[in-house]
Amino acid sequence: MSEKAEEKALLGRTSVGFWLYLMTDCMLFASLFATFVVLRTATADGPSSRDIFEMPLVLTETIILLVSSFTCGLALLGMKAGKVRQVIWALALTYMLGAAFLVIELSEFAKLVSEGHSWQQSAFLSAFFTLVGTHGLHILIGLIWLVVLVGVILRRGMTAKTIRQLTLFGLFWHFLDLVWIFIFTIVYLMGVAV
Amino acid sequence: MTLKKYVIGFVLSLALTLLAYVVVTGGVVSGTALLWLLGGLALVQMIVQLVYFLHLGEEVGPRYRLQSFLYMAGALVIIVVGSIWIMQNLNYNMMNMSPDEKTQYMLKEHDKGF
Repeated sequence: MSEKAEEKALLGRTSVGFWLYLMTDCMLFASLFATFVVLRTATADGPSSRDIFEMPLVLTETIILLVSSFTCGLALLGMKAGKVRQVIWALALTYMLGAAFLVIELSEFAKLVSEGHSWQQSAFLSAFFTLVGTHGLHILIGLIWLVVLVGVILRRGMTAKTIRQLTLFGLFWHFLDLVWIFIFTIVYLMGVAV
Repeated sequence: MTLKKYVIGFVLSLALTLLAYVVVTGGVVSGTALLWLLGGLALVQMIVQLVYFLHLGEEVGPRYRLQSFLYMAGALVIIVVGSIWIMQNLNYNMMNMSPDEKTQYMLKEHDKGF
């Protein structure tokens, strides 16, 4: 097998392996979603979702994350075309958007806690903070990964190894946006709808 | 993987997100119909992103990603739907009982055996 074909086969194997990890991560989120849905009415005389969610802010978060998923796609396209500059600026944009998302989410959490609505107040709030917080933790890990990745690309350029890492990061980041669609729908939209 | 596919995926996702938001804030639909509509819009956006962002349809050869995804989706439905189903039945069956009655009821059920 030529070196190029071998590299391609390796990329295929690693991305399928990483995909399997993402599927197990889905199972983690599935159990958190199930917990949330079961406990969403258990407010223990505390606030319900209708009382605490600020929908315009949540819509902003959603759009920011969606745009960051798109810019991440631009980085992958740059990688495919061999344009290192495009990869770097697209990843920088992705980082800024991801960081903005996380700042908004943490300010939402801080506001809730400062108003006395922390995870200790009710089963609903425990489930809310666990589900949304786990997604936020994934975003934070993604941002750290992104910094390391950009550092490695700047140092070594687009080698077979950095291409592999960027491909996996792309899967991870798109996947996080996919999970957010369901948080947006089930936690927020359905939360204020009923 | 082309720019065109990413743009299509992005525009469709944005449209579906805004549509879901407007449906809720506009108050056009309400009750159970609204929940089904929101769930449907989320599922459509999931498929859009799987196809246009995660390129699930472009896989060649043994489609390991699609297979593992479908297996995961099956297990996910069992966990989520199963949890909701069981817990709602539990609530329904114990709805009109005081805490003491619940304890008595559970002891009685326990004595019956399984």
